[in-house]
Amino acid sequence: MAYLELKNIHKTYGEGNNQTEVLTDINLKIEEGEFVAIVGFTGSGKTTLVNLINGLLKPTEGEVLFKGEPVVDTSHERGVIFQNYSLLPWLSVGQNVAMAVREAFPKSSKKEIKERVDEYVKMVNLFPAINKRPKELSGGMRQRVAVARALAMNPEMIIMDEPLGALDALTRGNLQDEILKIWSKEKRTALLITNDVDEGIYMADRIIPLRPGPNATLGPEFKINLERPRDKTELNDNPEYKKTRNAIIEYLMGIGEERKSASKKTYELPDLSPKSYVA
Amino acid sequence: MKQSVTVSKSEELKVAGAIKLLLSKITFKLPKFDGKGLVRKVLIPLASIVLFIVLWHFGAKALFNVEADYKIQKALTEQGQAAADQMEACILSGDISCQPNTLPSPAQVWASFNTLIADHKVISADKLAFKEKTAVINEKRIAEGKDPITYTGRPSFVDQIFTSLKTVFAGFVLAFLIAVPIGIIIGLSKTLRNSFNWLIQIFKPVSPVVWLLLVFMIVKTMTKDSNSDSAFIISFISVGLCAMWATLVNTAMGVSSVDKDYINVAKVLKLGPFQKVFKVILPSSLPLIFTGLRITLSVAWMVLIAIELLAQSPGLGSFVWEEFQNGANDSNSKIIVAMFVIGIIGFLLDRIMLIIQNAVSFNKNAMA
Repeated sequence: MAYLELKNIHKTYGEGNNQTEVLTDINLKIEEGEFVAIVGFTGSGKTTLVNLINGLLKPTEGEVLFKGEPVVDTSHERGVIFQNYSLLPWLSVGQNVAMAVREAFPKSSKKEIKERVDEYVKMVNLFPAINKRPKELSGGMRQRVAVARALAMNPEMIIMDEPLGALDALTRGNLQDEILKIWSKEKRTALLITNDVDEGIYMADRIIPLRPGPNATLGPEFKINLERPRDKTELNDNPEYKKTRNAIIEYLMGIGEERKSASKKTYELPDLSPKSYVA
Repeated sequence: MKQSVTVSKSEELKVAGAIKLLLSKITFKLPKFDGKGLVRKVLIPLASIVLFIVLWHFGAKALFNVEADYKIQKALTEQGQAAADQMEACILSGDISCQPNTLPSPAQVWASFNTLIADHKVISADKLAFKEKTAVINEKRIAEGKDPITYTGRPSFVDQIFTSLKTVFAGFVLAFLIAVPIGIIIGLSKTLRNSFNWLIQIFKPVSPVVWLLLVFMIVKTMTKDSNSDSAFIISFISVGLCAMWATLVNTAMGVSSVDKDYINVAKVLKLGPFQKVFKVILPSSLPLIFTGLRITLSVAWMVLIAIELLAQSPGLGSFVWEEFQNGANDSNSKIIVAMFVIGIIGFLLDRIMLIIQNAVSFNKNAMA
């Protein structure tokens, strides 16, 4: 039995004539301890897929099974890192994390909660900013708070919805390493949604492309056979890396082309030639 | 500037340089000093006030002349030349018996203001004397279980300001207690929002006068056999009912339009319904609730005058109405004084609300 399983998922929005099917026939199995990345174009329904898995949305058809049980609601077992950080702006960094800890560990004392908050804020190197409001932080720092908040709840599975999408390349690299460090230390299952193929290859065990919506569905999976821990600089010369990367990009480009040509009508042009006035 | 100081050798320039140096030291002590800002923030508003007073002065003078001419003309046609001359002389002499009744000039208003303050001092002294005089008797009466004797003389202008503030505050608290909880409940449920929308839309534009009459009908019956101050009760309830709609609508809107991200966070963290409301929904709708409360307070202050006037409840409203009915020589200028006092207090109340709003909400750049 797979740890997380999506069976023939369909998701439609709207009703009647305005109905659009965003996701069609999604099948996915993730084993415990695995790091899976789903790569797709923007607007292909990635966030919808994430919300189905974390329980914020219900599929129109099909089932999401988590440890064999159907997902009906959100759960503390599945921690979510949102695309736009979603920190509460009226709470400080510490309070944002504490709110999650208090919910996840309702029985623990104030002191235990504080210790746990401090621990996770320290883990993302934000302890000096623990009393600051999200507004006073940079994008990268905010995302680190979101990471700390999700992990402090001690979830069995981490679901990341384009967590690093809005960050610059350098901050992105640092945060990728931090997330990987935490993942390998505590060996949790992780699902990463991203639009960056390199990020997927660097972080995941498996990459599954999401074909663009409407009617988005998952493409064939690509296994990443690279030793961990991976080194970003060495990776560039690794033939295995190059091969996988090229295969995935080729596949995605292929979809892009398909999408373009599908929408293109062909017109028959009249066969014209200049008239000759020379006798 | 520095160059002129170092290059010049003449005495005058040295003095000028010293002054400039002194000025630069002063400006150093006041880090935000800048000439343009001073002109824009202080001089231009001052100039506009002066312009306003000048326009008012000449406008009042023109109106005065029209009224005076009319009076002289009337005397001439009805009683002949002698009466007209007498009337003209009387008006010019400033005798109160024959002054034209029109818009008072700024100087008259200022004089009335001083009169009102002096009057307040007299009444305060009077009250104090009364208190001292009755202190012994009142102690006895209280010991005997009787009500103490209270001062029943007429209230001064300043007393009436405080009565009005008390009424408006009571009305505001009532509006707050009704509108915020109902707004939250309506905001949380789309069904309730749809079912109560028509009610809000119908009652929102109802005039203060009608609210007053409605409240009067109910309170009159309810306070029939108690000797409580029903005029005060009627006026503060009416003020509250008139003013609460802005808060109600804004609270409902704020609560119903919480950012979807925050709701998702609440769901993912699995907050209970109580926690969700108090930790996520309310903080995020605070800026809108406070905007509503600010509107409520200013509406309350605005309708208060009309309601006091009709409810015969003491306060600035009845002061204005009594002065209008009084028709004394300085009644008009007292009404204008009341107008300015009402305006300035309304402005101050709004500022206080803004300060509170900025202190409690996360949205630090609230609109001024």
